[in-house]
Amino acid sequence: MTSPEILKYTQQTGDFSRMLESIPYARFIGLECDQFGDDLIFRLPRKEQNLGNPILPAIHGGVIGGFMELSAVIYLMMAQEALRMPRIVDFSLDYLRAGLDRETFAECQLTRQGNRVANVMITAWQKSRSQPIATARAHFLLED
Amino acid sequence: MNDSLRADRVRRFISTLNQACELGLNVESAAEGELILRLPYSDQIVGNPDTGVIHGGAITTLMDTASGSVIMCALDDFELCPTLDLRVDYMRPAEPHRPVFARAQTYKITRNIIFTRCEAYQDTGETIANCVGTFMRIGKEATPKAYRDLITGGEDDQS
Repeated sequence: MTSPEILKYTQQTGDFSRMLESIPYARFIGLECDQFGDDLIFRLPRKEQNLGNPILPAIHGGVIGGFMELSAVIYLMMAQEALRMPRIVDFSLDYLRAGLDRETFAECQLTRQGNRVANVMITAWQKSRSQPIATARAHFLLED
Repeated sequence: MNDSLRADRVRRFISTLNQACELGLNVESAAEGELILRLPYSDQIVGNPDTGVIHGGAITTLMDTASGSVIMCALDDFELCPTLDLRVDYMRPAEPHRPVFARAQTYKITRNIIFTRCEAYQDTGETIANCVGTFMRIGKEATPKAYRDLITGGEDDQS
């Protein structure tokens, strides 16, 4: 699991390799993350094993969901000083366009952070940020 | 259409979805408007290796696949219906080293939209997550005939 030490290392260096190595599902779908100043951009490189619909072909909707969900978890961990593992409570996902067989990006926004619960909005896109393929919002419980 | 035909269609459909094969999803049972899929446990889809708990993303894919495939158990003709939205409520983490099942139902079918609900659970009887979804009907003609025949085994389009 992502330890306090790995979180601190990631926050200080902006190198996500150790954190992503500590999450098997991140490797399973191939999630990557890049930091630009304070902003985080999550990336899902093209991967044949992530496809669903073979006709288009398109990324499996569940993978898009899992990518956005995990992006939100990492985003929340990075936004905190000490490590509190976010536990997902619910997830609401709107599919706006087919996620074609190409690289996908996501960014997160903390809508509201309470003492125990955080609300995060997630947007995913491919070729153009102004044409999202999916939007989602999620609630997380933050545990000490 | 009988239940074994329904299960066959879903099996053939799922075998064309790379990610579903990657996760090892398979059909437990199919009936009119109801489908149960099984997700085997695997270290690859764990979110937290300390606890061995499966990541929510794999549960989302299981439920999305079950909700999308149960449509085949409700309609006579094969129609590919894109997901409009999914809402997943996580009740509890899945217990490690056990499979997770998803029971999906179509509870309302209209000309344009199909409403589904789905429950993910384990053989201990505990509910892991609940999900409701909506799917858009774009018509069977939107899917190439060769692919429809692949799923139905060519016995479709009689009605």
